[in-house]
Amino acid sequence: MMDAGRHPNIELLTYSDVEQISGYVGNFKARVRKRARFVNEKECTACGDCVEVCPVVVRDGFEVGLASRKAISIPFPQAVPAAYLIRKDECLGQNPIACGKCAAACEKKCIDFDMRDQIREIEVGAVVVATGAEVTDPTSLEEYGYRKYPNVITSLEFERLVSAGGPTGGALVRFSDLALPKRVAFIQCVGSRSPRTGHPYCSNICCMNTVKDSLLIKEHDPDTEVDVFYMDIRAFGKGFEDLYQRSRGMGVRYLRGLPGGVREDVEAGNLLLRWENQEDGGGVEERPYDLVVLAVGLEPRKENEKIRAMLSLSKTSDGFFLESHNKLDPVSAPTRGVLFAGCAESPKDIRDSVTQAGAAAARALALLGSGKISIEAITARVDPDRCNACGLCAAACPYHAITVDREKGIKAKVIEAACAGCGSCAATCNHNAITARHFTDEQILAQIDAILGEDPLQNILTFACNWCSYAGGDFAGVSRMQYPPNARLIRTMCSARVRPDHILYAFRKGAPVVLLSGCHIGDCHYISANHATLDRVERLWKRLERKGIRKERLVLEWISAAEGKKFQEVMCRVEEIRRSVTPEEVDATKGALAGEKLKVGA
Amino acid sequence: MTQPKGERVGVFVCECGKNIAATVDCEEVRTYAEGVPGVVCSVRNKYTCSEPGQKEVQRWIKEKALDRVVIAACSPRLHEPTFRKCARTAGLNPYLMEMANIREHCSWVHQRERPAATRKAKDLVRSAVARARNLVPQQETEVPVTPAALVIGGGIAGIQTSLDLANAGTKVFLVEREASLGGIMSQIDKTYPTMDCSI
Repeated sequence: MMDAGRHPNIELLTYSDVEQISGYVGNFKARVRKRARFVNEKECTACGDCVEVCPVVVRDGFEVGLASRKAISIPFPQAVPAAYLIRKDECLGQNPIACGKCAAACEKKCIDFDMRDQIREIEVGAVVVATGAEVTDPTSLEEYGYRKYPNVITSLEFERLVSAGGPTGGALVRFSDLALPKRVAFIQCVGSRSPRTGHPYCSNICCMNTVKDSLLIKEHDPDTEVDVFYMDIRAFGKGFEDLYQRSRGMGVRYLRGLPGGVREDVEAGNLLLRWENQEDGGGVEERPYDLVVLAVGLEPRKENEKIRAMLSLSKTSDGFFLESHNKLDPVSAPTRGVLFAGCAESPKDIRDSVTQAGAAAARALALLGSGKISIEAITARVDPDRCNACGLCAAACPYHAITVDREKGIKAKVIEAACAGCGSCAATCNHNAITARHFTDEQILAQIDAILGEDPLQNILTFACNWCSYAGGDFAGVSRMQYPPNARLIRTMCSARVRPDHILYAFRKGAPVVLLSGCHIGDCHYISANHATLDRVERLWKRLERKGIRKERLVLEWISAAEGKKFQEVMCRVEEIRRSVTPEEVDATKGALAGEKLKVGA
Repeated sequence: MTQPKGERVGVFVCECGKNIAATVDCEEVRTYAEGVPGVVCSVRNKYTCSEPGQKEVQRWIKEKALDRVVIAACSPRLHEPTFRKCARTAGLNPYLMEMANIREHCSWVHQRERPAATRKAKDLVRSAVARARNLVPQQETEVPVTPAALVIGGGIAGIQTSLDLANAGTKVFLVEREASLGGIMSQIDKTYPTMDCSI
């Protein structure tokens, strides 16, 4: 921490928010708001004179509410920068000054109530997203009684209690009577591995954290009984099994099966855990404890949504950021020039965070070191002879990469460096004025012709976006998930590249069914391009119905890169639909669409 | 704007050891591809992505003066960069290379249906050839790079990334939302498996 604080190549911007990022790989521009601390962080010596006179006492977030602090405070003694700050919303009032006691007490005159937020505009070639994760709040899991019973605490609260620098000076006390507990239970997987809580994934750190905590208790007092209730103990990393065995050797009991609930025995002053004893076949029993620690998991930060939108990142179904490739490129975001380090990408312990951080730095250096980079060839191009400056393309572009002025008749122009190549503009243009490079109408139609050229009734024409649904198909393949062999995929970068007329063209060619698949809404690789997909399909469904064509024959599915299982299910379901389509129905469709004037394939 | 279509397409059918060949009749696909319009040669390889496999692709590009290449193998999400580079080395614009995914989307998911999987592989090759013939060369442009990095988040991961970059001489802007660096790690007492202090 201190090394980072004083490194000549690092400009530290704490108490700051990234408000905007624009640009592209190698050339990002970011706007950072450095919030006013009202204390000059260069001059402050952290003497603490100001704290003594501050009359405002508030809950201390660093101590997870187990201690109080003043409105002027330092986050923790070893903080970097080692300087105090005044939290504007807590201070009695600075403008007009209502109190001002701290300013009077500060000998060095570091306190400046007139300090304002500063805006920094910075230019960088690479962005590393290391925004971390959030510790799960178990309050909503009512069966464990967190916040209802004072002696049920989280593993993070436990950390503060056993810390020598914590509110109790390292004494592990329980809150009801400040007594030292003699029987402690840990409940594992709280907010992890449970679809019910919305956290179906393993949080990675909680097993080993509990193993460590159990040793800390035993080191404090070897006579304390420690029981760990678990589903599986995942001690998979280097040195982990040793630590786990050490914990068992110290007498910590590991009991298989998660308790069904916790209740308080008011008379005895302890907690009762209801648990099914699987090992002794003893059935359901209630076991008494003085303190219950919930081993809470990690979840994606809510604030990640802002970063996601700014850098057009995607998420996996668990809500963490989607990496470029799960095993071959787990450090890079699909957006070039953006890298991940730590828990923002998935829950990790310190060792893995440090490893990924090093890898992210190496990747960033590889990018920055060369001095120049090649940029995307798959972009859109406007043919000015066909463009009539209607502006539909600019409205469809999630990147604001198209300039056009309808009123002045200034034709559309693509800012190539900002274009990400989704092709939504080409799909929306009514005048065939836009070419989506490498995914042109001619290329797509040639594939449709080839797929429906021989025995079209047998084939399911499928459009799949590169980032999610095609990758979901890959995942099904890697997992050997079997499904009917009738699908024929056409890959486009985004589902929004597919024009309604591509689909009508396919139906006119005799397609029994067309499947269009993309990233989940909200997770589009191209920010929001798949909203246009949804919009177009909804309109197309109505159009099909008007033509007497069953709308079920056009299937729209959102499949993420991790949903191999869903890909398989969709394939099976669409095959059922294909089987329901008769040659007569296909002929009727061809007839109904014969007179339709399509913008492609004329 | 109509581009001239590819007239000299080379198809390379990869067996991927047994990964594809166990389900798809690769020789049947290879023979079939010879009859697809525009195809001038169709070759079967054991592992197209291997060094000898790529060398063979490059040899055919030069010998037959191929103007388009179709690699029927695994997912382009895995090996598109490999084969683009392979094409470029042989003097072909990398965007004139197209892949047909006959592994993840075919042999691995229809393991008990050899005839149907083989038929699908043929369709995928035909579709890839049709697309390939319509491909046009693309140029990647170069832009200069700003030699600085923005690190968002000052927890252990952000700190370590910043230090590694800074030690290598790169200017780093480290942005932390809270008033101090440290993140969750600073709240933790001891850390596993070494049981040392977090700060």
